[in-house]
Amino acid sequence: MTAVVILGAGTAGTMLANKLCAALPDDHSVTVIDQNDEHHYQPGYLFVPFGRFPPERIARPRTAQLHPGAQVLIDAVARVEPNAREIRLASGRTVSYDWLIIASGTVPRADQTPGLLDERLWRKTAFDFYTLEGAVALRDALAAFEGGRLLVHISEMPIKCPVAPLEFAFLADDYFRKRRIRHKVDITYVTPLDGAFTKPVAAATLGNLLEDRSVRLAADFAVSQVDPATRHLLAYDGRSLGFDLLVTVPVNMGQQFVIDSGLGDDLGFVPVDKHTLRSVADPRIFAIGDATNVPTSKAGAVAHFEVDHLVANLQAAMAGRPLPSRYDGHANCFVESGRGKALLLDFNYDTEPLTGTFPAPVVGPLTLLGESRLNHLGKLAFEKVYWNALLPGRSLPVPTEMTMRGKIPAGTKV
Amino acid sequence: MPTNTIDGHRFSVNDEGFFTDRQEWSEELAAILAELVGIEELTDDHWAPLRFMRADARTTGVTPTLRRMQTVGGFDVKDLFALFPGKPAKKMAYLAGLPKPVGCV
Repeated sequence: MTAVVILGAGTAGTMLANKLCAALPDDHSVTVIDQNDEHHYQPGYLFVPFGRFPPERIARPRTAQLHPGAQVLIDAVARVEPNAREIRLASGRTVSYDWLIIASGTVPRADQTPGLLDERLWRKTAFDFYTLEGAVALRDALAAFEGGRLLVHISEMPIKCPVAPLEFAFLADDYFRKRRIRHKVDITYVTPLDGAFTKPVAAATLGNLLEDRSVRLAADFAVSQVDPATRHLLAYDGRSLGFDLLVTVPVNMGQQFVIDSGLGDDLGFVPVDKHTLRSVADPRIFAIGDATNVPTSKAGAVAHFEVDHLVANLQAAMAGRPLPSRYDGHANCFVESGRGKALLLDFNYDTEPLTGTFPAPVVGPLTLLGESRLNHLGKLAFEKVYWNALLPGRSLPVPTEMTMRGKIPAGTKV
Repeated sequence: MPTNTIDGHRFSVNDEGFFTDRQEWSEELAAILAELVGIEELTDDHWAPLRFMRADARTTGVTPTLRRMQTVGGFDVKDLFALFPGKPAKKMAYLAGLPKPVGCV
């Protein structure tokens, strides 16, 4: 019996387990380990703070999303021992593997910014929204907010779902407008990068979105600490931004066990070959989804595009053949821009985000890098697709390699 | 893709002036470019982080973040702000011949 073990039953781990159960012969076992049995629909987090997504609709049991052929262990991972090919669990139990896939995602680490977790601030005037608890606490704080300075802040790259903070700023503009207190709220988008849009074609196409919504920009802001007494966000260059409400995306790191096992980089992400997804440290180990260090977005779409490549590569590795499948960094996502509209982005390792249209069967072409109502509806419809097609591993009408059909390369005159 | 020529050195750059081919970079060229970002002379204190970035990017394929400069390179972020005033992440990437740090849009 060949034992395949997947650490993590989130978006990437679940899709992979389901595909492997279908693809591997009977003399292979697939075991999935996760520390709890709650699978969250993470794209919903963004809408919870604005009362537009009921928190009770976020979570479903992880086990119910997994192929009946997969064995599920609910236990935290303490450490991986690559030399012994063993995983030590928090309960004291040990699990052996022949092939290991790390799909344990990323964790928001508020503890990495001094002052942020101070009890005068944390989840009182400073909030995260990439956790269900954070999103729910923020919903209540927003409902009670009657005006003042709101900072929407990114601590450090890379972060999961890199456009979510921008979407948050757009949705906040909408939200306060509907409550008729927008004129009392001063919104500033604070980023360590040199702008809200860092790629030339996106900057040229979308550069005015913040201005249109009267959202200020504080760029190149390298946060050093938060001052809980005066409620200021401080940067290394001496800048200081006061706030009445801070919505921050903490430093994102891989799971502690990845670091403790010597399998992660400084942030705990697993260094892999960016095309084959095989660990550079150990040929028996692969990684997928947010847990890897591949230079593309940490997002569900990326995990989805990676899965088929990983299945093919794992099968080849098992047979002792060269790894055949090369992931190209393909990512796409809907970006909520507020006012009932959304944008669609599509890019890979080598191609900047494209304008043009995305060929989507049934609903028709979606506008790339432009706002449209249809894109917004596409984003809302995604919840059903996620649970009913994506996780079970049904084929979606989207190719995993990027195609140029209908798309206009950057710099092309039209 | 535009090409820059400075003191006989030819190199390809993107619209913002960043190198598009790491191999076209040289320390000699970096010393010349430093003046363009307001640094009169590159001292050993400047070179240490720039050399770290070159070596790090060779293994990871991406420009290291300020945080990584601190945790892996052992540089103090405050010092980097003093050495490369204003926008150290961007200036250091520029002088090391690497892409500037970007998000996905």
